[in-house]
Amino acid sequence: MMKRDIFQAIADPTRRAILVLVATNALTPNAIADQFNTTRQAVSKHIKILNECELLEEKKVGREIYYQLKIDKMKEIDKWLAQFKEIWESRFNQLDQVLMNLKSKENEI
Amino acid sequence: MKSNLLMNFTVDKENSTVKVKREFNASLDNVWSAWTEPEILDQWWAPAPWKAKTKSMEFKKGGRRLYAMVGPQGEEHWAIADFTSITPKSNFKYLDAFSDSEGNLNKDFPRSDWNVNFSEQGDSTIVDIAIKHENLSDLEKIIEMGFKEGFTIAMEGLDEIFATRAK
Repeated sequence: MMKRDIFQAIADPTRRAILVLVATNALTPNAIADQFNTTRQAVSKHIKILNECELLEEKKVGREIYYQLKIDKMKEIDKWLAQFKEIWESRFNQLDQVLMNLKSKENEI
Repeated sequence: MKSNLLMNFTVDKENSTVKVKREFNASLDNVWSAWTEPEILDQWWAPAPWKAKTKSMEFKKGGRRLYAMVGPQGEEHWAIADFTSITPKSNFKYLDAFSDSEGNLNKDFPRSDWNVNFSEQGDSTIVDIAIKHENLSDLEKIIEMGFKEGFTIAMEGLDEIFATRAK
């Protein structure tokens, strides 16, 4: 199976809402499903996707499974987003320097 | 010389286009040269610590630039730019692609269509770039989330949570 795309995972509003829920508390799939107007099946599908993306931490307490947000992974996304802009900023800062050198060469002539 | 040079970074989801606009404190002639002459292009195109290395470049309509992004460990990622239109000191367009060192296209990745516009504004020069993707794949998903408004705020919220938890 192709590894799931993490950004695809968080593109869905229900999945984002689930992430916000499990960011503060470890919750069982039932407790998560209670927060939504969709079927339990639909919610469990979302949980499965988030889990496959390694965005969730699974904890077993007795017979219940609790899900919690995996913080490292979310920070990774945050970093990744910032990189887009940073690449361009870094590139342009270098270009500023190059342009300044061109200008000083012109003045020498 | 760290002035407040304009920089815009936006994404037009409907057209699968990333737009980057930047002002440069330099003449149109110099900015045009920096974008179109390989010796100058190689000095800034790769964000540090990467370096750009142009193997060949024929800057004309139908011409191609074959270059590598060279990493700190010497790893090479080859890419090409096929120039589709050039209007001197005003605009050029090209199709990019990943390739090997001989310029054979890597067909696993879609190509994107670059449109680079140059205009003078007083003493400075504005470069306006539009990068149109066949599909935005990853990037599109980020926009769907309302990257700028919604997601940044959501992330700030999460940061607070991380900070509290770390205590």
